[in-house]
Amino acid sequence: MNSFKEFTKGLLKENPTLMLVLGTCPTLATATSASNALGMGAAATFVLLGSNIVISLLRKIIPDKVRIPAFITIIAGFVTIVQLLLKAYLPTLDRALGIYIPLIVVNCIIIARAEMFASKNKLWPSILDALGMGAGFTIALLAMGSLRELLGNGTLFGHVITANLFNPAVIMILPPGGFLAFGFIIGIANKLKKTKTEKNPCSACPLQCEKKEAIS
Amino acid sequence: MKEILILVLSAVLVENFVLVKFLGICPFLGVSKKLKDALGMGAAVIFVMGLSSALAWLLNKYVLVSLGLEYLQTMVFILVIAVLVQFVEIVLKKLSPALYKALGIYLPLISTNCAVMGAVLLNLEKNHNFVESIVYGSSGGIGFTLALVLYAGVREKMENTDIPEMFKGFPITLIGAALISVAFFGFKGLFS
Repeated sequence: MNSFKEFTKGLLKENPTLMLVLGTCPTLATATSASNALGMGAAATFVLLGSNIVISLLRKIIPDKVRIPAFITIIAGFVTIVQLLLKAYLPTLDRALGIYIPLIVVNCIIIARAEMFASKNKLWPSILDALGMGAGFTIALLAMGSLRELLGNGTLFGHVITANLFNPAVIMILPPGGFLAFGFIIGIANKLKKTKTEKNPCSACPLQCEKKEAIS
Repeated sequence: MKEILILVLSAVLVENFVLVKFLGICPFLGVSKKLKDALGMGAAVIFVMGLSSALAWLLNKYVLVSLGLEYLQTMVFILVIAVLVQFVEIVLKKLSPALYKALGIYLPLISTNCAVMGAVLLNLEKNHNFVESIVYGSSGGIGFTLALVLYAGVREKMENTDIPEMFKGFPITLIGAALISVAFFGFKGLFS
């Protein structure tokens, strides 16, 4: 029961993208269509799962003072694995996501979970945490991607949905549409939650302050 | 000379890092509240982006490619950026305490700024040479600063407006950014 909660908290209550507003760059940049969103979500979930497992196993070995560089190196390792796998097996997705795949390395969500959860918890809860957070991130991306693809292109996963209902507004696929869709989706999530989210995204991202501490 | 000018203009306006490429959104949303903070952060980013583009280019060409270790790029670049930020912090502290005081608090924030890593990766993708890399990196930083400063002005006005409860905070910031992004779209026709 308890471990079930570790998984579900990432889906809505502590959804990394919608509630904590972490990892905004890939959310805005890659979620131009439902299938891109799914690909990005899966790639980030894989990295999150791998880094959470390794960091949880090594949590007693990594010295406290160099933990952030150690985390970053571990994460970069998994990102490289994803890059090579995508290049070999899914070259179209690799081209669509472009530089945003290596940029998973600076995604706040992953380092935040390493710092806040995996470095303090045992293996099994860390795995569930990674899966839950990854799923939450994917859900948010998918919502963004579907909305933008539907309004901007009239399709969903490449299938035509709104044949003659309205003229697709191309702007939704272009960068301004990303900001607009994300603003509205967070607004709706706020309405559902009925409480305000944190004002400053960087205060929600523990990395910077932690990093400052670790470095100095 | 003409190529360099086009590179600068395209990085600053046409392909603005924040508004068109979505790099560095986190500081954009966080630091663009006050004009002064926006300028300080921008200056630190321009500096680090130019420097890391140069260093990453040299490392890539003379170490990674010549040893056939291209697959280590992601790992090497992120470590280079982290080390560089740390190094700049130490040097500034010793050499120019005044500048350190002005930029100091923004420096640790930069190593997680995807604009820095993004510039390094884009240099690689576009096959820029050494000079082009530095120019592209620093003009990317200038574009970042421009977006930050422009939006700080808008946000200072937004403080006094009556916004529906559910859109307060992030949502209205993002929707405002969408409008500025539309404005930057006007630059698309600049080089056609």
